[in-house]
Amino acid sequence: MTIRLENVGRRVDGAMHLSGIDLVLEPGRLYVLFGRTHAGKTSLLRVLAGLDRPSEGRMTENGADLAAVPVPSRNVAFVYQQFVNYPSFSVGENIAAPLRRRGLSAEEISRRVTDVARRVQLESFLDRLPGQLSGGQQQRLAIARALAREASLMLFDEPLVNLDYKLREGLREELRGLFRQGRQIVVYATTEPEEALQMGGTTIVLHEGRVVQQGPAQEIYRKPQSALVASIFSEPPMNLVPARIEADRLRIGTLSIPRPAHIPAGLQGECRIGLQPHRVRHAESPGAIRLEGEMLLAEVDGSSTFAHFTAAGHPWVARIEGVHALHPGTAFAGHVDPRDLYVFAADGALVAPAATGGPVHG
Amino acid sequence: MHKLEDNRAWFLVIPVFVLVAFNAVVPLMTVVNYSVQDIFGPGQRAFVGVEWFREMLRDPTVQSAFLRQILFSLLVLAMQIPLGVGVALLLPRSGWKSSLAIILVAIPLLVPFNVVGTIWQVYARPEIGLFGRLINATGIDYNYTASPLAAWVTLLLMDAWHWAPLVILLAFAGLCSIPEPYYQAARIDGASRAAVFRFIELPKLRGVLTIAVLLRFMDSFMIYTEPFVVTGGGPGSSTTFLSIRLVNMAVGQFDLGPAAAFSLMYFLVILLFSYVFYTIMKLNNAR
Repeated sequence: MTIRLENVGRRVDGAMHLSGIDLVLEPGRLYVLFGRTHAGKTSLLRVLAGLDRPSEGRMTENGADLAAVPVPSRNVAFVYQQFVNYPSFSVGENIAAPLRRRGLSAEEISRRVTDVARRVQLESFLDRLPGQLSGGQQQRLAIARALAREASLMLFDEPLVNLDYKLREGLREELRGLFRQGRQIVVYATTEPEEALQMGGTTIVLHEGRVVQQGPAQEIYRKPQSALVASIFSEPPMNLVPARIEADRLRIGTLSIPRPAHIPAGLQGECRIGLQPHRVRHAESPGAIRLEGEMLLAEVDGSSTFAHFTAAGHPWVARIEGVHALHPGTAFAGHVDPRDLYVFAADGALVAPAATGGPVHG
Repeated sequence: MHKLEDNRAWFLVIPVFVLVAFNAVVPLMTVVNYSVQDIFGPGQRAFVGVEWFREMLRDPTVQSAFLRQILFSLLVLAMQIPLGVGVALLLPRSGWKSSLAIILVAIPLLVPFNVVGTIWQVYARPEIGLFGRLINATGIDYNYTASPLAAWVTLLLMDAWHWAPLVILLAFAGLCSIPEPYYQAARIDGASRAAVFRFIELPKLRGVLTIAVLLRFMDSFMIYTEPFVVTGGGPGSSTTFLSIRLVNMAVGQFDLGPAAAFSLMYFLVILLFSYVFYTIMKLNNAR
């Protein structure tokens, strides 16, 4: 079944939560709903689940209007940030709960419970209560209930956000495996670009209730259609600096460099250039632009150093591999391959993506 | 030098020792002292060992007060826990209506015990009280000073009026702490209202209900002021609960030895019952 959203919007007490959403969701595919908090991810998931009705637009399933179908007959599964399980049911009973409602035979239920429990690695905990499980196991149980339902639409609202880093990595990997097997539509909401890149599938970037770009995450990362997408779909955000394209020069603040070859011919005037923080290098290389200036702040995250510095009259962020002692107030020079520069028009639209395309870095 | 510094720590601990000694140990030991002696007058006393304890255990008035007390506490729990949970389910969960409802519900908790007694003593009077006259007007013969049943009904209603709000507040707080996704998940599962209560709300309320049962049991088992003001233990001895019997013995008859033995056993019974309740419910919760 294909779900189609046409110009779907939702207002609550005059406040716009969703607006002009056009989406086609195909079975067997994974869709990552990406956006910052309050971008409308949960609102969209709730509309998809049928918990809220769109206040405008149409939502159809294989051509039939979905608005009229009550929630329980939707065949939807929903996994939340919080670990939601029946507190007085054992793990096995929790997984069986959606099956019981379908009136399956006891053998069939127990066969499916064992099967699903094995897929989420809970088969040895079938008699425990949810309260006796760890956070990761509780969330796996919630996922197991969603799987047992064999819903045609599975919705995940930041399911890994309440887990610690290690568990998150592991469970994300398991989820990708589970999604690959199914014929259902999976919609997975996240606030982390890195997670969108790792999950694969189609990423839908939401901002202030609108879809601003959709496509494979790698493509969104390499070719953000606007400065807005570029800034939200990278962590730390892409450097965006006002610049001016001239006949044979590119002026970035006080800096003037030869016009990079990947800027389309004939283009001139005010623009903004974008630069991924990890494309700023510490070491000198031939042909590189030298961004010379002063360190403002350095943060070390274990394997790399985030250098906040000013150069050419603008603030920049560089993500440099390795741990470096960079002291505020000292001189700093970053080296940038001009082919790594994105160019956005004054209104924010992408004019020229980076020519290097290079490896994606989260 | 070091030794001196170490010893100074005692100055920090001594105030607590003194405080606990004067407000708990000394009074308690006085009672223990009375309970093992027969006191005839100042300076005239005889050690009697556990004689008073034996006598109190055999005393039919104490025995009947004990049974009455247990019946009363069980009825209180049977009425107030379901009532409290029921009302809590009906209260609005958010907005000004919720705040208003909470304030209205909490008012009886702020009324002093003897005022509650006085209110109901007047309210339930068959000849002048609003409640008493109303009941009699329906043709039911209701007089709490004459009929033991009416006296019990009055006391139970009064206690529910006074203390069910505590259960309501606890249950309400428990309900408010259930995350919204549970209700959403239930909607997606197509669960009925009854199923939501049975499989989500009730299990989530276990913890607060344990506390509610414990508090209501302990308080109702120790009840004194309200029945003393309303019925004075009557008619006859039909509402003579343990503490009323105890005060009559200690202050009325001035039988300090037996009353002291009685007090100690009363205290131990409450401790024991609360412990048993708590253990059972804890085991249940851990299950």
